[in-house]
Amino acid sequence: MIPSMPQPRAYRIIYTGYIVMFFIYLGLPLAVVAVFAFNDSQFPSLPWEGFTWNWFFGDARPQIGAFHERPILRAIGTSAFVGLCVSALSLAVGTSNAFLFNRYQFRGRGLLYVLMLLPLVIPGIVLGISILVFSSTVANAAWDVANLDITALRPGLVLVVLGQFSFITTIATLVIAARLQKFDRTLEEAALNLGADRLTAIRTITLPYLMPAMIGAFVVAFLMSFENFNTTLMLVGSDAPLTIAMFDRLKEGSTPLLNAVSLLLMLGSSCLALVMIAFQRKP
Amino acid sequence: MQAGARLGFVLLLTPLLLWLTLLIIIPHIDMLLLSLRERVGVGQYASSPANYLAFFGEPLYLRTFMRTAVMSVLATVITLLIAFPVSFYIAKIAKGRVQSSLFLLCLVPFWVSELVRTFGWMILLRETGLISTLLQNLGLVSGPVEMLYNDAAMMVGLVYTSMLFMVVPLVTTLESLDDAVIEAGYDLGGSGFSVLREIIIPHATPGIVSGSIVVFMLSLGNYLTPTMLGGKDSLWFTELIYSQFIVRFNWELGAAFGFMLLILSSVIVWGMLRVTGQTLEKTMG
Repeated sequence: MIPSMPQPRAYRIIYTGYIVMFFIYLGLPLAVVAVFAFNDSQFPSLPWEGFTWNWFFGDARPQIGAFHERPILRAIGTSAFVGLCVSALSLAVGTSNAFLFNRYQFRGRGLLYVLMLLPLVIPGIVLGISILVFSSTVANAAWDVANLDITALRPGLVLVVLGQFSFITTIATLVIAARLQKFDRTLEEAALNLGADRLTAIRTITLPYLMPAMIGAFVVAFLMSFENFNTTLMLVGSDAPLTIAMFDRLKEGSTPLLNAVSLLLMLGSSCLALVMIAFQRKP
Repeated sequence: MQAGARLGFVLLLTPLLLWLTLLIIIPHIDMLLLSLRERVGVGQYASSPANYLAFFGEPLYLRTFMRTAVMSVLATVITLLIAFPVSFYIAKIAKGRVQSSLFLLCLVPFWVSELVRTFGWMILLRETGLISTLLQNLGLVSGPVEMLYNDAAMMVGLVYTSMLFMVVPLVTTLESLDDAVIEAGYDLGGSGFSVLREIIIPHATPGIVSGSIVVFMLSLGNYLTPTMLGGKDSLWFTELIYSQFIVRFNWELGAAFGFMLLILSSVIVWGMLRVTGQTLEKTMG
C-alpha cells in the first residue's frame, strides 16, 4: 500500500494506470476547450478546418475575435471590477474577523464562530435569493415611506458584490486565521517592550507576518468572485459579469469565440495562481 | 478589559456582526417570512402556509426535490470513491517534486470557471462532439451518438466540478498519517483491506466528512451543470427556484423552495456530522 510495503507488480501497474486515467479525465475538457479556440470554423467541434488566430484577433464577420468583441470585453471589465471590490471588502473583514477570534475570549465566541462558518454550508443560490428578497424589502419600504428609489438595492452590481462578499469573507477569514494562529505572540510583546504602542506593533510585526496569507486570501477571493455563477445569477442586473455573459451565449449556441475567451481565462487565472505561489514561497 | 482593548474589541466585532446580521441572518428570516405569505389580492398578502402546501401537493416539485437530493448524495459518493485512491497516491506514494506537482495539477482545472469546464464536457460529449466522432472513425458506431443531455452526462459534470474539494481535504488528512502506523498494521498481521478499514479510513474521517459536505453542498446548489449537461428529465431543484424567481416572478413560492433546499442541506450536513462524530468547527475551520 505504501512504498515500504512490498506489493505485487500487477497491483502497482493498475494503480498507476488509474492515476494516469484520472489526470486525463481532469485535463481533457480543458484541453479541448483550448484547442478548439484555434479552429477555423463556426463551431467548436470536429472536423478540424485549420489553424487560425481569428477567434482572438479577427475583426471582421463571421470571425470576430475576443479582443474585438465589445460585449465580452465589457463583461470582463465588469467581472474584474466586481472581483476587486469583493476581494478588498472580504480581505478587510476577514482580517478583522481573524484578529477577533484569535485575540479575544468573550461570551458567544463559539456561537459567532459557527455563524461565521455557516455561509459555507448555505447553497449559493439560496444566499442569492435571500439577499435579493431582503434588499427589495428594504427598497420597497423606502419607496413606501419616503418615496425614495434606492437603485443600489435593485438587482445590479452592488447586490452582486454583496452577495459574493457574503460567503467569500468566510474563506478569507479562514485563510488569514490559519496563519495568525501560527504567529508567535512573544514577537509582538518584544515590540511592546521596546516601546512600540499596540497599533505600531501590529503594523510593523504582525501584519508583515500575515502578508502572504492576506495576498493569498485576496487572490483566492478574486478568483472565486470571477468564476462565481450561482449567487451572481440571482442578483445580476443589466451589467452582466463574464460568467453570466458567457452562459447566455452558450445557451444560444457556441462559436470558437467562447473557446478563445475561456483560454484567456485559463491563462489569466494561471498567472494569478503563479503570483500567489511566488508570494507564499517567500519566508 | 482595559479601555483600549475594549475599543479594539468593539472595532473588530462590528464588521463581523454587520456582515452576519445584514447579509446572512436577516435576509434568511425575511425569506422565511416571504415564503409564509400568500397573495390574496392586488398588493394584499395574508400569512399562510399555502406555498409549502403547494410544494408538498405538486408531484413535480416533490419529485424534483427528492431526485436532486438523491443525485447529490450519489455524486458525493462517486466523487469520494474516485478521489480517495488519487489522494492516497498523492499523500503517501508520490514523493518530493512528483507529489507537489501532482497536487498542483489537481488544482489547475479549478482555477478556471465552472462554465469553462462544463463547456469542455459539452464539446466532448455532444452529438457532433469529439467522442462521438472518434467512435464513428473507429467504426464502433454507425451514426452520431448523443451523449449529452442525460443523467450520466450530468453526473460526469457534477463529479468533475467538485473533485478538488474532495481531493484537498483528503490529501491533507492522509499526509498527517504516519507511515509507521500503516507498517505497524501490517506487522500485526493485518491485510491490505483491514489496514485500510481499521487505520487509514478512521484517520481520514475528518477529511472525508469535510470533503463530502462541501461536495454535497456544491452538487445540491449547482445550477449550471444540470442546466447545460442534463436533459429534459433531469430537472434540478435550483432550476425550479430560478424559474419561480426570475421567469414567473412568484417570489413567495420561490422563497419556500429556497427554504426547503436550505432545510435539506442543513439536515444532511448535520446528519453527516452526527454520524461521524465531527463538528462544523473541526471539519470546516
